Amino acid sequence: MIKALIGRDVRRGLTGAAWLPIAFFLLVAALMPFAIGPDAKLLSRIASGALWIAALTAALLPVERLVEPDRADGMLDQLFLHGMAEESIALAKIAAHWLTFAPLLLVAAIPASALLAMDGSLLLRTEIALAIGTPGLASLAVAIAAVTAGLPRAGSLAGLLLLPLAVPLLIFGAANAYLLEAAISLLLTAGAPFVAGAAIRAART
Amino acid sequence: MTALLRFEGVALRRGDRLLFEGLDLELAPGEKLQVSGPNGSGKSSLIRLAAGLLRLERGRVERSLLALADDNLALDRELPLRIALHFWGGAFDEAMVQLGIGDLADVPVRLLSSGQAKRAALARVFASGSLLWLLDEPLNALDSDGADRLSSRIDGHVKAGGAVLAASHQPLPGEWRGLELGA
Repeated sequence: MIKALIGRDVRRGLTGAAWLPIAFFLLVAALMPFAIGPDAKLLSRIASGALWIAALTAALLPVERLVEPDRADGMLDQLFLHGMAEESIALAKIAAHWLTFAPLLLVAAIPASALLAMDGSLLLRTEIALAIGTPGLASLAVAIAAVTAGLPRAGSLAGLLLLPLAVPLLIFGAANAYLLEAAISLLLTAGAPFVAGAAIRAART
Repeated sequence: MTALLRFEGVALRRGDRLLFEGLDLELAPGEKLQVSGPNGSGKSSLIRLAAGLLRLERGRVERSLLALADDNLALDRELPLRIALHFWGGAFDEAMVQLGIGDLADVPVRLLSSGQAKRAALARVFASGSLLWLLDEPLNALDSDGADRLSSRIDGHVKAGGAVLAASHQPLPGEWRGLELGA
């Protein structure tokens, strides 16, 4: 069942709005030269941080469609009745979300690097940092999506919850402190299924 | 044979309201039980409680493997009906024919009428292979043909050793044991 759920969520992600966060990511990156000015030296100095901020805001976009539609449609109930623990449901959703979000983001970082006058080695370091950070970011997004599912104005609330919790990832990711970043990412990935699982249980009415 | 569903002294609270308490109930193989009562008396809550989807205030519930059909469709709306049902597994082709929606297999779920959608939700239950069926307002949106198909399939299921717990505010066709909930 868990494989079927991952496959289904990936399909829905890719046929649905998977490109939206990516387009948003590129747009934020494209705004930087307009906001900062075309000075290549300055741009490449802030490029890594700018990409991280673009990635964080892009991670926020899909939060509302990660859990809530399945809660409202009884999908989560039926999955439970088919013997899936809420934590397994959350784990499947995290895996599927990462699969639809992270690879596209890593590809989109390449054109974004051109907009920010990044050289090859800087791009490589940023790509590695993003690759390490995205599992944590995807886990955080699913956990927040589960916690806010069914609430009014869940989207804005999700932003208020997600961005502060993503700060440790941002600090170590933008500084290319890979080991510390990996530790944070691992912590988020390990904890999120339990948080999301408990939230799914609590949201049942 | 042991009961497929057993409530012992069950109490359920929704918000500040105690919907019922001290509820005992036993559903053995071959039995069908209709829960009735006015709107807001807790019929749907009892079904969800039986399914394990709500936490009880007091008491004990024992249940065997079950299938549930309620107002939520839980089928991917963009997919053709057959593929959407396939996700849940079981003998869904046969169930679709029994419910008269065999010819809708290639129609996307979002285009189904509410009656057809109800039949699709029932098809998942029929296909599940579970002995215990929980049906919440199974007649909602069904026409008389749908109601006939439902009741003959229920009779077949009960004869084969299954059990059905249905909540409905209108009488269900056939002979049912009754459980009346107060308002």
